Amino acid sequence: MKTIPVETTINGDSTEFLCNADESLLDVLRDRLGLTGAKEGCGTGDCGACSVMMNGRLVCSCLVLGVETQGAEIETIEGMAKGEELHPLQRVFLEEAALQCGVCTPGILIAAKALLEKNPDPTDTEVRYWLAGNLCRCTGYDKIIKAVQTAAAEMRSA
Amino acid sequence: MVRVKLWGSLRALADGEEWVEVEASNFKELLDALSEKYPGLAPQIKRGVSLALDGVIYREAWFTKIGPENEVVLMPYMVGG
Amino acid sequence: MAFDAQAERNFKVVGTRVLRPDGIDKVTGKAAYGADISAPGMLHGRILRSPHAHARIVSIDVSEAEKLPGVKAVVTGADLAQPEDDAFSDVAINCLARDKALYDGHAVAAVAATSKSIAKQAIRLIKVDYEVLPHVTDVDEAMKPDAPVVQEGRALETVPAGMSQNVTTHCQFGHGDLEAGFAKADKIIERSFKTAATHQGYIEPQACMASLGNDGRGEVWCCTQGQYMVRANCAAALGVEESQLRITASEIGGGFGGKTSTFIEPVALALSRKAGKPVKIVMTRDEVLKATGPTISSSMDIKIGMTKDGRITAGQGVLRYSGGAYPNATVEMGAQAAFAAYNLEAVETIGWNAMTNRPKEIPYRAPGAPTAIYAVESVVDELCQELGLDPLDVRLMNAADKGTLSSYGPTFNEIGLVATLEAAKAHPHYTAPLGPNQGRGLSCGFWFNFGGNTCVSLNINDDGTVGVVEGNPDIGGSRASISMMAAEEMGVPYEKVRTVIADTSSLGFNDITDGSRVTFAVGLATIQAARAAIKEMCRRVAKIWDIDEDAVIWEDGCAKPAGPNAGTHPPMTLAEIAAIAGKTGGPIAGHHEVNADGAGVSFGVHLCDTEVDPETGAVKILRYTVFQDAGKAVHPDYVEGQMQGGAVQGIGWALNEEYIYGEDGRLQNAGFLDYRVPVASDLPEIETVILEIPNPGHPYGVRGVGETPIVPPLAAIANAVSRAAGVRMTELPMSPPRLLKAITG
Repeated sequence: MKTIPVETTINGDSTEFLCNADESLLDVLRDRLGLTGAKEGCGTGDCGACSVMMNGRLVCSCLVLGVETQGAEIETIEGMAKGEELHPLQRVFLEEAALQCGVCTPGILIAAKALLEKNPDPTDTEVRYWLAGNLCRCTGYDKIIKAVQTAAAEMRSA
Repeated sequence: MVRVKLWGSLRALADGEEWVEVEASNFKELLDALSEKYPGLAPQIKRGVSLALDGVIYREAWFTKIGPENEVVLMPYMVGG
Repeated sequence: MAFDAQAERNFKVVGTRVLRPDGIDKVTGKAAYGADISAPGMLHGRILRSPHAHARIVSIDVSEAEKLPGVKAVVTGADLAQPEDDAFSDVAINCLARDKALYDGHAVAAVAATSKSIAKQAIRLIKVDYEVLPHVTDVDEAMKPDAPVVQEGRALETVPAGMSQNVTTHCQFGHGDLEAGFAKADKIIERSFKTAATHQGYIEPQACMASLGNDGRGEVWCCTQGQYMVRANCAAALGVEESQLRITASEIGGGFGGKTSTFIEPVALALSRKAGKPVKIVMTRDEVLKATGPTISSSMDIKIGMTKDGRITAGQGVLRYSGGAYPNATVEMGAQAAFAAYNLEAVETIGWNAMTNRPKEIPYRAPGAPTAIYAVESVVDELCQELGLDPLDVRLMNAADKGTLSSYGPTFNEIGLVATLEAAKAHPHYTAPLGPNQGRGLSCGFWFNFGGNTCVSLNINDDGTVGVVEGNPDIGGSRASISMMAAEEMGVPYEKVRTVIADTSSLGFNDITDGSRVTFAVGLATIQAARAAIKEMCRRVAKIWDIDEDAVIWEDGCAKPAGPNAGTHPPMTLAEIAAIAGKTGGPIAGHHEVNADGAGVSFGVHLCDTEVDPETGAVKILRYTVFQDAGKAVHPDYVEGQMQGGAVQGIGWALNEEYIYGEDGRLQNAGFLDYRVPVASDLPEIETVILEIPNPGHPYGVRGVGETPIVPPLAAIANAVSRAAGVRMTELPMSPPRLLKAITG
């Protein structure tokens, strides 16, 4: 199969890669670019572990083709912290033990950040529905919801 | 002598007894003596058993001391998740 | 190792909520899980699976696949050794079938190729000639004498003659005179229950990267609950020596028991040996659901008698479990646990396991207990309803306590059930008002908890910091709790300790991360290793001060003279001692190796309010509270996390999760869209109440907490739903169509 050249921006860096026509963005990120923070939990868009931002929209990268990202702006978990400074969501997740195994965490952090950008003061119910596309099997979601709210409050007062 | 309690489905392999008595001062001697006295129990003991000593479950631990004053109960070998 | 008899020990680190050491890597995407590592020259492996529930493999023709450019190796069951030991043999045959495909999804061949897409193409070129056989997927059907036989000659000696060959295990537990017990009852209820198989549902599919040379030396990187277990299974399946295999456990994306066996590592090693290159295999979700281990499916009959004032006079249960296509002893644990919460004069449980054409059961959190306790707790609740009694008072009246002859044989010593029930009774949740179509349910839960084989090595670094090396994959924050116990014992700040998880060549054998054992057993071994290092430091200091060894004590991270008679030496800190270790005899370390016992059984109580929509059969969980005895909560956040996570897995089991097989014996819902695990919007806050009744078998009083929380939800929700809907639900999951059918008759 012939590979196709794609130019995109990932976490602010212009990035070029070659990929097959049937290759998902998730596979490109993980296998071609070494960005393994996004995880494949299902490959069918049901678990949200591969969540990334594409042109400001939350997407499952397993459902996006690599070639579709031509000219797009992609944000992944690897770009969430600024140097050594964690994003408030990352720091609060850590402080409030909102992760156990951590494999769903990158996707949940990306999704939660997307929510707070749209809605800086969500209700618990709004957080729960927004994150309904991100499966977590360890925590029962309780500490995740609370951590998102703590971070939201902190970000509002910042 | 040590009295040891067998679970229900083992009793048929030990003359129908719930409690059996063998000469033993630790778990290894107990299991050896049980296998010898009741050969029907030998396959289960070989596969693995747990022992409860005064309510505390031990999964292996051959040299755990036991005496006539202890409550000794044979249990299946257990696994967790 | 006994509880330290220090009255009111004042913990400095244990019981606080420190940051976990692996946290930054996990919130920034740096943490390396099973699928995150690649090697130079690596090939991609892929597995061909049986489309039939039961079929004889007449022949496998791999020639076309081998010819495809980019394919470097193809293997079948013939490429694996045939271990003599039944348990190893079952694992090997489950990794690659030999004579028969035993279930839909059973692996039959595998390829390694230079790309994922070539590997995918190649498995389509493998020609398998199947002779399709009759199949059975239901446990009750499988027990019938004329049922299709899954495997022959696998029954244990405890199974009576004349039964279906599918029946492999029979067990019986209990005591007392059942007939006399039932005669004393004012009310007897007898019910039959069925529960569907559910999957652990870890978000990270199994993944590994393996390399094996023709000299028998190999390396495996994989996500597992036990690297030493992987080593043993691989050594047996490949016919190589354990010393030559080095297994490294990656970060693990959930397990819940599901990663206590091996499915792909021996296959990757066999492919690697043939190809001469490293091979990576990553399972798809479809493969995870079809071919890794779900829990048992069950069919159960429960009969309980009660007096009109609430005293249980007798309990009897028959449990029929299926652990899939292989012999399985999970029913033994279910049969022992079923009535464990009760103080009964007469009790009997009988268990059977029958093989079916389903994947091999792999333990799932408190294996065997949730279903059995669901059935028992449902009947107890119905008796309370019928007799107009308060279900919590009835449980308190009948609760097992110290001195109770347990339903599984031994007499209980210190257990925390009564205190846990009393905490539930005192909680505002229990008396909160309910609205229309709402119901409240409660259930007790129980799990044995284990200790097990454990090695810990603790090194004093020359800058005065502490390194702990342990061998159990950290599945939910255990590196934090182990570091905390080391810091507590050494008297140094938590930040001075770093705990790492060793590969199989760097530390002695450890049992898998299972049985709620890690914080208990690894913690215990860590405390002992720390004490050994402290002893050595005190010995060195005694030499420096030229006094007796026992005249030096360890306090707050320093060696000090034991009293005025020992002299007026200023305390020496750990860092000072470490800095001169080379001068005083060499590096300082402590280690401890043990097969830990005394884990102490665990009880929990869950309260749940539900609302049933009578028009759709949908259930909403309104409020949920978990009460559990943790002995001593080392890191309360992660104890709460275990309680919440277990409860939610139980909620999924109760309401939605199930393996659905068609008439053709094929799994119909092998994906997260149709195998529906709970999502955030399904759930309310999960409140937690931790009780701390010290476990006499641990120096800090720690009790395992991981498994018990999945036990009570099944019955707590079934009882709440049954009360809300006005109809007794006896089958799980209580999915909307099933509940609607029950409501509308």
